[in-house]
Amino acid sequence: MMPERSCTAGTYTTAELLAVMASRALSDGLIVFAGVGTPLLAATLAQRLHAPGLTILFEGGVIGPFIVPGELPPSTNEQRCTRHANMVCPITDVLLLLQRGYVDVGFLGGAQIDRYGNLNSSFIGDPDHPKTRLPGTGGGNDIASLSHVMVVMKHEKRRFVEQVEFITSPGYLRGGTTRRDAGLLAGGPQLIITDLAELGFHPETKRMQIQALHPGVSIEHVQANTGFVLDIAGDVRVTDKPSERELHVLRQLDPDRLYIA
Amino acid sequence: MTAYERLRAETTERDRSLREKVMSLDEAARLVQPGAHVALGGCMMSRTPMAMLWALVRAGRRDLTFSRSIVSSDGDIIFASGLGRKIITSWFSQGIVWGVSRVMRHWVETGRAEFEEWSHMSMGLRFRAGAMGIPFMPIRSMMGSDVHSRVSAQTHPMTCPFTGEPLVLVPALTPDVALIHVQRCDPYGNAQLDGLQFMDIDLPMAAKRVIVTTERIVSNERIRRTPDQTKFPFFTVDAVVEVPYGCAPHECYGQYEPFFKHMDMFAEMTRQDPERGSQEYLERFFHEPPSWNHALERMGLQDLLTATRGGRSIHDA
Repeated sequence: MMPERSCTAGTYTTAELLAVMASRALSDGLIVFAGVGTPLLAATLAQRLHAPGLTILFEGGVIGPFIVPGELPPSTNEQRCTRHANMVCPITDVLLLLQRGYVDVGFLGGAQIDRYGNLNSSFIGDPDHPKTRLPGTGGGNDIASLSHVMVVMKHEKRRFVEQVEFITSPGYLRGGTTRRDAGLLAGGPQLIITDLAELGFHPETKRMQIQALHPGVSIEHVQANTGFVLDIAGDVRVTDKPSERELHVLRQLDPDRLYIA
Repeated sequence: MTAYERLRAETTERDRSLREKVMSLDEAARLVQPGAHVALGGCMMSRTPMAMLWALVRAGRRDLTFSRSIVSSDGDIIFASGLGRKIITSWFSQGIVWGVSRVMRHWVETGRAEFEEWSHMSMGLRFRAGAMGIPFMPIRSMMGSDVHSRVSAQTHPMTCPFTGEPLVLVPALTPDVALIHVQRCDPYGNAQLDGLQFMDIDLPMAAKRVIVTTERIVSNERIRRTPDQTKFPFFTVDAVVEVPYGCAPHECYGQYEPFFKHMDMFAEMTRQDPERGSQEYLERFFHEPPSWNHALERMGLQDLLTATRGGRSIHDA
């Protein structure tokens, strides 16, 4: 744990901070393709707080559900995902909505990210002789290839690296126009929300830049927890800390603390 | 003879009449030939054909190739038992609440088994291509990633002849056998499934043989009252096996949720020593119980009832 993170001391966990900050980035009326874990939780929280018309898509083949508090699904593929849904459909068809262009935000958790927003959730070490075999892409590659992506993850040096060892889910590849040159004509990472800051990408270079800081966090602190030199946007905001109401609703959603512990 | 001509010939030879196909798990296991490519229905912890896997492990099948949209502890069991040495899928771990699967890691990291990774949509469109009787499907994802570069010997880049846009062609999956668990099916193989469909409408069409396990066998008259609920044609199906709780300890929509305590136990048993832990698990739940019902008995009535209560609660709203 990072000692300087005094903003979270005693009042909320890192996972709670991530869920609240991410929920704020989801405005009403959007169609959000949400992965399991914090994305699922944050999208559900947004529906309950300020975005009742937010449409969630789950990879298991679910369109527009409204998850029941205390019954958070263990993945995006169990019956708990279908509560109050408008439609269930085959997995392939819900993923094809990404390709067809119906999705506003692809919302992913991340294990490892680099300067250009490429994500690795497949291997640590040489893929032929991996030190650690991770679970892999799931729909992550499709979401990242075909939609504007929001990523929520813990801000640690080992997770924010100059260049990921393996591109599971493509960001801007090597920056500039390399994403489009590779054949990916739509989408790309937009917003990275961590427990320290919110980061975006320079419109031309596609390098990652600090856009906002969470209360009590300095640029130096963010930099110290990042494995490469970050750019800094012209106007760096400071976010509001999670409110009592946000935390209250969040804890009601996850009373067993499956995801917010 | 091309692969397509062979497929057509094999299909023509199959008995596609409206006939009874009810059999036991053991009999159905014999339909899975050594060396077969076996596609698993369901996804993650949902509608996993666990009883059929149980029967295949007990029948001593080894070194099969498996494919599935997403693999959970079923994949751990396939590797640990030696039932399969290769799994083609998009995601493989028991579930994020349990961390990264130690069994999967152990078998893959020591090079004893292979986890071939494709994006989830690629998996879906590969099965769909198989279902459509075409050799590939063009997609717009995968490009530029290492997920793609690792399997690029099997794919083909393409510039669209109509629009000039870049695409990648992914090859059809045509499994030798598909194993699918449903809520109800008649003796002829008219299978009706509730809730999440996953890739189970394409799978039977893509595969050369289909084994359906079902919570209940219902009459053909029952099926004919709601033919809109029948999800794949009976003539794709070769075997129908009635297996209540046939997905345990995974879930079956509207019937039972995952047996969460059992899943906790599996994670705990395999955390320290994935090899020994998984062998102990296989002994207790796969090899020692003389029947699937005995395996359920070992999982325990309390867990089964808790899972059932949760499963049925979907009908409350």
